[in-house]
Amino acid sequence: MKEIVVISGKGGTGKTSLTASFAYLGGKDVIVADCDVDAADMHMLLEPDFEKAEDFYSGEVAFVIQEDCIRCGKCKDVCRFDAIPIINNQYVVDPLNCEGCGYCARVCPTRAIENNSLKAGQWFVSNIKTGSIMVHARLSIGADNSGKLVAKVKNEAKSLAQKEEKDYVIVDGSPGVGCPVVSSLSGAAFVVLVTEPTVSGLHDLKRVFELVHKFNIKAGCIINKSDINTGVTAEIESFLRKENIVHLCNLPYDESFTKAMTNGQTIVEYDNNHLAEIISDTWEKVKEIVQ
Amino acid sequence: MKIAIASGKGGTGKTTLSTNLASYLSEREQVVLTDLDVEEPNSGLFITAGLVHEEDKFKMVPQWIEDKCTLCGICQRVCNFHAVIQLGQMIMVFPELCHGCYACSELCPEDTLPMIPKKMGKLRHFRKGNLEFIESRLEIGEEQAVPLIKQTHQYIDGNFPKEVIRIYDSPPGTSCPVIEAVKDTDFVILITEPTPFGLHDLKLAVETVKELGKRFGVVINRYGIGNDDVVDYCTGEGIPILAKIPNDRRIAERYSKGQLLYTTIPEVRDELDKIVAHIDKLKKGVSS
Ligand code: SF4
Ligand code: SF4
Ligand code: SF4
Ligand code: SF4
Repeated sequence: MKEIVVISGKGGTGKTSLTASFAYLGGKDVIVADCDVDAADMHMLLEPDFEKAEDFYSGEVAFVIQEDCIRCGKCKDVCRFDAIPIINNQYVVDPLNCEGCGYCARVCPTRAIENNSLKAGQWFVSNIKTGSIMVHARLSIGADNSGKLVAKVKNEAKSLAQKEEKDYVIVDGSPGVGCPVVSSLSGAAFVVLVTEPTVSGLHDLKRVFELVHKFNIKAGCIINKSDINTGVTAEIESFLRKENIVHLCNLPYDESFTKAMTNGQTIVEYDNNHLAEIISDTWEKVKEIVQ
Repeated sequence: MKIAIASGKGGTGKTTLSTNLASYLSEREQVVLTDLDVEEPNSGLFITAGLVHEEDKFKMVPQWIEDKCTLCGICQRVCNFHAVIQLGQMIMVFPELCHGCYACSELCPEDTLPMIPKKMGKLRHFRKGNLEFIESRLEIGEEQAVPLIKQTHQYIDGNFPKEVIRIYDSPPGTSCPVIEAVKDTDFVILITEPTPFGLHDLKLAVETVKELGKRFGVVINRYGIGNDDVVDYCTGEGIPILAKIPNDRRIAERYSKGQLLYTTIPEVRDELDKIVAHIDKLKKGVSS
């Protein structure tokens, strides 16, 4: 089983549409993992049935039991996050500010503070229209630690792939360069970087590649909307050569990207023209590389 | 007057709107634009301004002093984030995981874990005419965006009077950092695209700002592509649509070069005018 992770640094480059296209082309051989848990969108293209849903807990939040509180103020004194205001003469925890460090409960003389585990989201296993399975998730609003949920989604997808003897896991990676994307990358056989020829696209590509490089993962790159700024496209291409990144393909600016999405379809389903052909060729290339 | 510009996910035009709106407003008054997307601040690519100040930003983390430690294990037990760990005869601190709660340090019976500052990022302040531009950038590998966002807010509160319009380019998503960026603002502008992805992410963002009890409005970017669902949703929910930035290849091309849009594309300037009119209305409301 080989794991292929698609990332882009920042959003809006067509990453999810391309990942879904690969999933479609790979059909039954591919288990899909949507690790973009902060803004999970792939379910809109792959028709998941949400067969299995489970809550995901991570972190804690403090709560003052008023009957047991003697109003000594110790908790408020130690809290470094201004999370225990006095409201109507009562010490109460403001869940938005609480970091869940547990310090207040440790110093409370009457054990009036309890730490409740926090529901950080939900994760799902679904049958999808490609005839295969997708693992996906939804992060709760204001949740910390999407990295842990990302790791959960990935590990579930991997163990499913092993159990069902699938050839590939395709991961729609998280944005940014922080903990979630590190979780998305771990264990990858190949990373597909999706970028576009804009000054910010190039900047994000370089930043996220630093990370890929650190993990020593083989990488390839798709330049989307490559004709929008041929100058920057050339710059990206020379960056790819310099860093030994496989230049997978250039995709011209094409509104069928958005039109397919509006129909709830992957680009390869919607379009039997040029784009679909390039993307199919790219998928074949990726498969060859990870063999 | 604090205005946050946010979106359910990245790449919908948040930075484009922030930089264009701030520059445009600065043609008539002082404006503070702050890039709070500290993991990947990009606004600076669109603003050419002179550096007036920079400072390193620190967070407090414990440091182990070996000689007096009795290896009692309390520090490891009280850290909820696994940022202090006892390994054999050693106490190890993992500063990237530390939330700076001081529990281990203050509960250590021997006082052998004093808190010391550790660099987590850098704040830079630029100026161009009436436009003050502040950017904070997290060190690579640093996992806590929230403390840097907090300190950036403090820098701005300490340096500019209340009346000055402040525009915050927020981090994407609906998690902790966004909440930190948005929670003290007077108004939130949510930017989205008129596509199924855009609508889905907009709904999450709306849920978030509603939970925070914020007033907000929507700007639709790339208007004309996709379908009418975003407009129908906003109308149905009674959410004001402040502006519609047209889908236009010229815009994509100028953006790709890192250029501002309103200076050469009149349609964009017209839409900015609508947002400015809304801000002026809000300002009257806030001051009265
Ligand atoms: S758990 Fe920590 S952050 Fe939350 S209220 Fe208690 S001391 Fe403050
Ligand atoms: S430390 Fe305990 S008893 Fe004292 S104010 Fe806080 S909750 Fe109440
Ligand atoms: S709490 Fe203090 S004395 Fe105890 S193991 Fe930790 S550092 Fe050492
Ligand atoms: S300060 Fe708090 S988070 Fe940091 S190491 Fe100590 S107990 Fe853990």
